[in-house]
Amino acid sequence: MKLAKMSIAGSLESNDALITIQPVDKRGVELVIESIVEKQFKDRIEKAVRQVLKDYDIDGVYVRVQDRGALDCTLKARMEAAILRGKGDLQ
Amino acid sequence: MRRSLLFVPGNSPGMILNGCIFGADSVVFDLEDAVSTGEKDAARILVRNALKTLDYGNTERIVRINSLKTPYWMDDLNMIIPAGPDVIMPPKVQGDEDIHRIESYISGIEKDRGIPAGRIKLIPLIESALGVEKAFEIAVASKRITGIFLGGEDLTADIGAKRTKKGDEIFYSRSRIVIAAKAAGVSAIDTPYTDVNDEEGLIQDAVLARGMGFNGKAVISPRHVEHVNRVFTPTEEEIEYARRVLEATARGEKEGKGAVSLDGKMIDAPIVARAKQILEIAETLKGGRLR
Repeated sequence: MKLAKMSIAGSLESNDALITIQPVDKRGVELVIESIVEKQFKDRIEKAVRQVLKDYDIDGVYVRVQDRGALDCTLKARMEAAILRGKGDLQ
Repeated sequence: MRRSLLFVPGNSPGMILNGCIFGADSVVFDLEDAVSTGEKDAARILVRNALKTLDYGNTERIVRINSLKTPYWMDDLNMIIPAGPDVIMPPKVQGDEDIHRIESYISGIEKDRGIPAGRIKLIPLIESALGVEKAFEIAVASKRITGIFLGGEDLTADIGAKRTKKGDEIFYSRSRIVIAAKAAGVSAIDTPYTDVNDEEGLIQDAVLARGMGFNGKAVISPRHVEHVNRVFTPTEEEIEYARRVLEATARGEKEGKGAVSLDGKMIDAPIVARAKQILEIAETLKGGRLR
């Protein structure tokens, strides 16, 4: 499923993450991760992000994660909020 | 057992993560005033995930939803109820009909999702003249109600009074809330002290609230938790006196005496009841059972 529009969720505060997602004209997921704990946790962040995209069946999307030490449950919450905003379901 | 209820903004992951480390008996994840209109959606998802994932140990998990007058409260409940909070705190409750609407909606979600009915409790926030006048009606409106909570800031705005640190303007409302709560057999929870830097003022305010019969007090700063817990915890002297009261009463009963005295004072039923309350709180704290 494609997103309807670009959207943002989260913040750059400590323990949070700012997620930017945008529909793109090709299949797959283009993922950019910038994290203060990138070396240790990049794989884990990627796994959390891809899990939420899979749960919502989102394809053809650019995702930028600016992580400030967010836990998995926070990353997933921010991803979910960004997706729902991008689909235009919630506000 | 709710000596302190610490409010945490529902859209702040750092504060949600640390909510249980300050020693508050309850943490209130706030989806209402602490969350801006444009972030209501993100906050309720974040709080839901926190409830499902983070271990708060013995700390009670309360979620303050948005008021019935907003378009948000049903979305709040749809998202939060399946995550299993201990308590929902609806704000600006004005009468029993508000409680019936909320309860009916929660019961519907429980039924749809196969969640055991009635486990999630309610602590209505009373913060208007009408709400104070209907405090008892609210307190007995549902079996889910486990406490009622006075909100002093909105209340004083509603009645056109100036909010002061001394709190004379809410004295009647405090009394009314305590009487209504005790008549209904639920907890009475006092309004928070809003000057986060005035710890002396906080302690005086908490002492006043405990003296009036409140069971606990809301706090808006982690720095206030320790002070409020201390004020609402029985002192060693109080515990010792309570033990002696019960010992004297038991001795009197054994000896077939109608009246018992301790330290030259008559021990009557209210003194025994208070002694039992003190020892119950002390036992609860000793056992680490805060709920």
